[in-house]
Amino acid sequence: MGIGIENSLIDGYWSLLRHHRSALVGMIILTVFVLISVSVPFLVTHRPDEADISKRLAPPSRTHWLGTDRVGKDVYSRLLYGSRISIKIGLVAVAGSVLIGSLFGLLAGYYGGQIDNLLMRGMDILLALPSVLLAIVIVTILGASLTNAIVAVSIVYIPQYARILRAAVLKVKELEYVLAARAVGASDWHILLTVVIPNCLAPLIVQATLGMGAAILDAAGLSFLGLGAKVGQPEWGLMLRDHFTLIRQAPWTVLAPGLAIFSMVLGFNLLGDALRDILDPQVKTT
Amino acid sequence: MTAYLIQRLLSMLLSLLGVSILVFWMVHLIPGDPALMILGERANEAALQELRQQMGLDQPKAVQYARFLSDLSRLDLGRSFRTKGLVAEEIGRHFPPTAELTLAAMLFAIVFGILAGVISAINRGGFWDFATMFGALAGVSIPIFWLGLMLILLFAHQLDLFPVSGRLDALLDLEIERRTNFMLLDTLLAGNLAAFADAVWHLILPAVTLGTVPLAIITRMTRSSLLEVLNQQYITTAYAKGLSQWIVVGKHALKNSLIPVITVIGLEFGYLLGGAILTEHIFSWPGIGSWLLKAVEARDIRPIQGGVLFIAALFMSVNLIVDLLYAYIDPRIRIQSAAV
Repeated sequence: MGIGIENSLIDGYWSLLRHHRSALVGMIILTVFVLISVSVPFLVTHRPDEADISKRLAPPSRTHWLGTDRVGKDVYSRLLYGSRISIKIGLVAVAGSVLIGSLFGLLAGYYGGQIDNLLMRGMDILLALPSVLLAIVIVTILGASLTNAIVAVSIVYIPQYARILRAAVLKVKELEYVLAARAVGASDWHILLTVVIPNCLAPLIVQATLGMGAAILDAAGLSFLGLGAKVGQPEWGLMLRDHFTLIRQAPWTVLAPGLAIFSMVLGFNLLGDALRDILDPQVKTT
Repeated sequence: MTAYLIQRLLSMLLSLLGVSILVFWMVHLIPGDPALMILGERANEAALQELRQQMGLDQPKAVQYARFLSDLSRLDLGRSFRTKGLVAEEIGRHFPPTAELTLAAMLFAIVFGILAGVISAINRGGFWDFATMFGALAGVSIPIFWLGLMLILLFAHQLDLFPVSGRLDALLDLEIERRTNFMLLDTLLAGNLAAFADAVWHLILPAVTLGTVPLAIITRMTRSSLLEVLNQQYITTAYAKGLSQWIVVGKHALKNSLIPVITVIGLEFGYLLGGAILTEHIFSWPGIGSWLLKAVEARDIRPIQGGVLFIAALFMSVNLIVDLLYAYIDPRIRIQSAAV
């Protein structure tokens, strides 16, 4: 495939994406979050760990735009710092599950036989537990921390990518041009990297985009249960955990972090859905 | 069909065996000495040694696993070191509240999900379609623990329409004998209608919270499946015969379009079992989720092992039942599986 054709394909997808209503809204939401997270130091009014106990649970005001929390920390500034943590969680967790899941899927699909059996039975075990529960089991083993929550969420979603890649490899493996590549002496890895992977990029991109939202939700859930971020970290799920019993007294401490998680996840889901419409013609019927 | 059933049962057993290995290894993977965790920091070495022997921790791993499996086959899941109770009994006590909550959430999701999906499909491209689809997307994007808190803030604190937490008013609770620990059933068995109404009242907010994600997914699935069926020729024929839209959709299209929806419903049960942990935590619901969470916080290993195995077995059984139901409803799958 020539570079010119590839470029025009990308241009074509980009133009479809720009004119897709939900893709546009999703991209705007996510761009805002990315801009916020890179310019946090210029946007905040207080340091995230700056506590003024005399001003605890103060309602929104000119000095504290979104009020203060139970130890007098500025909710607005913590919320902004939290955007960095959530984006990091999404990126790292999804990158981990895409890499490991894809590798498992490639190996299982390409080599088949015992390797396939072993890897896919392993995936079945991971799928035998509801995702929140599996994440809890993993965090219990590793110990509660934000890093371990990211690892847990990452492991939970490995089977999805393994299945996508395996199915794609099985489909592509027997195609004539792959057989031809093998006949002229191309190595397994060369075939996998140049032929197989490009052919399964579309479902992988869709799943990864939706996966970002799911990873952020799950990690926030773990922090909410006390199995993620450590006390004091401006993580949205933990901010909710620390204040949910104060919901009546200080609703702003609970409203803001929840809305933030919701809008970021909505952004990823809007974009993911749109990408599915555009990249996967099979689901276009709706 | 029988061959298919046997094949599915075997693969389920295999997965369960895998989960049992995972759960067994948890004890050894969790940092720290299990005996020390149970007896506490101040325990003397002799007592620790005795407990290690009692728990079989001094045996080779293979022997320990064999013992674990043999205990499991007798449904002996050990004792919690925190409550001193038998794990199997505690699961039995905490499962009914979770089952009640899960079933109520599913009922809510199915009824409103199918309704919203149908409204969306027959108004394709219109305002209601847009509104429903946006609502469904919001439903899968919202953190359910936050949704629960918002419902409490609005409907319990501000409007004072629903109780904040629990399963029954404390005074009524004293009158009800726990025969099944399914509150709706127990209040009915006691013939106490006021208590029954109160139990329903307590169930609504948690069920709506837990049911929101399945509601969103069922709505989307019903819509896309119904749209596909509405494009078929027999539907055009039905319209051509002059039948009204409600008859065409209700009598001819909906039934066929619900087949894939059933699979989604089955898959969502698994989600509900996980989501129940968060929902129960917010509403102080005394189910298996909040019980398991307490065990995790205390690193009480036996209940964690038992709870995880129980939920995995339940999750897989539900999936199996759904697959069988699916094969029963859709003859094409029955024929395919018969050919295997």
